[in-house]
Amino acid sequence: MTTTRPDGTVTVTVPVARPAAPPAAPSAPAPSARADSPAAPAVVLAVCDVRIRDEVNDREIVRGVSFDLRPGQAVGIVGESGSGKTLTCRAILGILPEHFAVSDGSIEIAGRDIAGLTTPQWTDLRGSTISAVFQDPASYLNPSIKVGAQITEVIQVKSGLRRRAARRRALELLTAVHLREPELVYDQYPHELSGGMLQRILIATAIAAGPQVLIADEATTALDVTVQAEILDLLADLRERTGLALVVVSHDLAVVAQVCDEVLVMREGEVVERGATADVLYHPRHEYTQLLIAEHEQYGLDRYLDAPNDPNDPGPAEQRKELDGVH
Amino acid sequence: MSTDGRPVLQVDDLEIHYGLRRRRRRVLHGVSLSVTRGETVGVIGETGSGKSTFARAVLGLVRASGGRILLDGEDVSRYSPRQWRALRRRGVVQYVFQDPLRSLDPDLTVEESLIEPLLVQGVARKEAIERGRNYLARVRLDPELFDRLPGELSGGQRQRIAVARALVTEPALIILDEPVSALGSANRVGILEILKELRDTGVALIFISHDLGSVAGVADRIAVLYQGEFVEVGAAREVINNPRHPYARLLVGSAPTLRSASADRAQREALRALLHA
Repeated sequence: MTTTRPDGTVTVTVPVARPAAPPAAPSAPAPSARADSPAAPAVVLAVCDVRIRDEVNDREIVRGVSFDLRPGQAVGIVGESGSGKTLTCRAILGILPEHFAVSDGSIEIAGRDIAGLTTPQWTDLRGSTISAVFQDPASYLNPSIKVGAQITEVIQVKSGLRRRAARRRALELLTAVHLREPELVYDQYPHELSGGMLQRILIATAIAAGPQVLIADEATTALDVTVQAEILDLLADLRERTGLALVVVSHDLAVVAQVCDEVLVMREGEVVERGATADVLYHPRHEYTQLLIAEHEQYGLDRYLDAPNDPNDPGPAEQRKELDGVH
Repeated sequence: MSTDGRPVLQVDDLEIHYGLRRRRRRVLHGVSLSVTRGETVGVIGETGSGKSTFARAVLGLVRASGGRILLDGEDVSRYSPRQWRALRRRGVVQYVFQDPLRSLDPDLTVEESLIEPLLVQGVARKEAIERGRNYLARVRLDPELFDRLPGELSGGQRQRIAVARALVTEPALIILDEPVSALGSANRVGILEILKELRDTGVALIFISHDLGSVAGVADRIAVLYQGEFVEVGAAREVINNPRHPYARLLVGSAPTLRSASADRAQREALRALLHA
C-alpha cells in the first residue's frame, strides 16, 4: 500500500507475510490492501522525514528518511558507508554522535515522540520497547565477565526479577536464540565463543525485556556466510514467533532482501528508492539500485545463477563511473 | 616461465600440522589442487577451515608434514628456508593480504614500496621506477599518488597498490588472501575488475575468501575447504549450481543472492544437522 502524507512524503506499507518472490515470477503481484484496514495493529515505529545535521560543519548528512513499522514487519535500509543509514538508526535510538542532531522531521516509538525525552525516559524505552544489535558483537560485551552474568544483569535491571529467576530467564533466552548448550555457554567468557555465538548472545540480551522493535545494523556483516544465514533465520524466526518488528541495515541488498518486506535504498544521505522488496529487486527504478543489482549479477553468485548478461549492458564499473560523475 | 598447459602450481596430497606432540593437530589433510596460467581458482572456506594455512604453505611460510608442492614443475616442499627466500626474491609467486595497511610499510612512499621488490632483484632504479609507474596505471591509480605514504590513502587505494606491488616482478602466480573483505562495495568491484583483467594477461591467481559472492565474481574454478579438506573442487558454475557435499550445499544455500531462491530455512537446518552429526 502506498499512501501520501500531507507533507508529500510517501509511505509504503506491506503485509506481515514475506513477499513471495520466486525467481520465475519477476513481476510479483502488488501487496493487497491490508495495512490501512481498521484491524491493522498500531505503528510501533514511525520515522517521518527525518533530517540529520552535522552541527560543526553545518551540513545536512541525512536528508529526509521516512518509514512506518508495525508489529511483525521488517524494513531494510541498504547503502554503502557514508550513505547515512547508521546515523538514521542512531537517531532512532537517541544515540547520535556528538555534534550530530535531528534538525527536522519526527520519530515516534510506540506512539511517543522521542524529541525531548529525558535520559530516564530513554532508559525506560531502550531495551523494553526498542533494542539494537551491531556489527562487532565482542565489543559490546565485557571481556572479563562471563556472558551469562551479563545477560542476567540486563534482565534484573529491566524486568526487576530476582537473581535466580533472572538466570532461568537468561537460559530460556539462550535457548530461544538456538545456542546448542545454553548451560555451558552461560558460564563462558566472550573470548571462548565464536562470533556467531556472541551475536546470538547479544540478540538474546537485546530481546530480554521484550522490545517491540529490534534494529540490526550490519549485524551479520562480520560473520561467515553460513553463520550469517543462521542469524538471519533466527531474526525471521523471532519475528514470526513474537511479532518483533525489525529494521535491518546492510550494505548488501541481498541480505536485506532475505528478511525484509520493504527496502529503502540510501545514497549520500538521501533515500533514492523505496518500495516492496520484490518491486525493488525486479523493477529497480533508480540507477543506483540498478547498479547494486548489476554488481551482484556480475561480481557475485548471481552471475552463475541467473540468465546470461545482456552484452550491450555497460556493466557495473561503467555505471558506477557515470553515477559518480553525476554527483 | 612455464609453458602453456603445465600447471604453475601443483599441490599433491598436502598435509599440514601445527603444534608439537600432544598439542599436535592437523590443519590441512589430503589437499590437492593445480592451477594453470591464465586461470583463477577460488578457495572458499570459513574461519578456521585452513585457507590461510594453505596460502602460507604455498609461500613456504609453513612447512608441510606430507605431500608435495610443485611450483612451475619444481618440487619446493623440501626447500630450506634459505631456498624459499631465494625463490620469493625471484618474485615468481606473489601475494596480497586482506589488510593493505599492514602489508605496506607505513614509512615507505608508494614509489619506494613499488620498486623495492625490483631493486632487490638488481633492476636499475630508473627502470624500476618506470615499471612501477606502469603498474600503477594498470591498477588505475593516479601517478600523483607516487609520493604518498600508505596512511594518506584510502583502503581501496592501498589495496590497489598492494596488487600493483605484487605485479611488478611479473609473477607466474599471485595468491590473494581475502583481498576485498575489508573494502566497501565500490572498491570491491574495482579490485575484482582488475583481477579479471590480470587473468587475461596469463598470470595464475588463487583467490582465497570466506565470501562466496566475491569468489564467484572472479573464479573459473572453486575449491571448497571444510575442516582442512577440499570437500569439493570444480568449475565455478558447477559448484554453485550443483554442489554435492553437504557443506558446499549449505554454503551455496546460505549465500544471499538477489534473484535465485537460496535454500530455504528447513533445507539449511537439515544440512546443518547432517554436518554436526
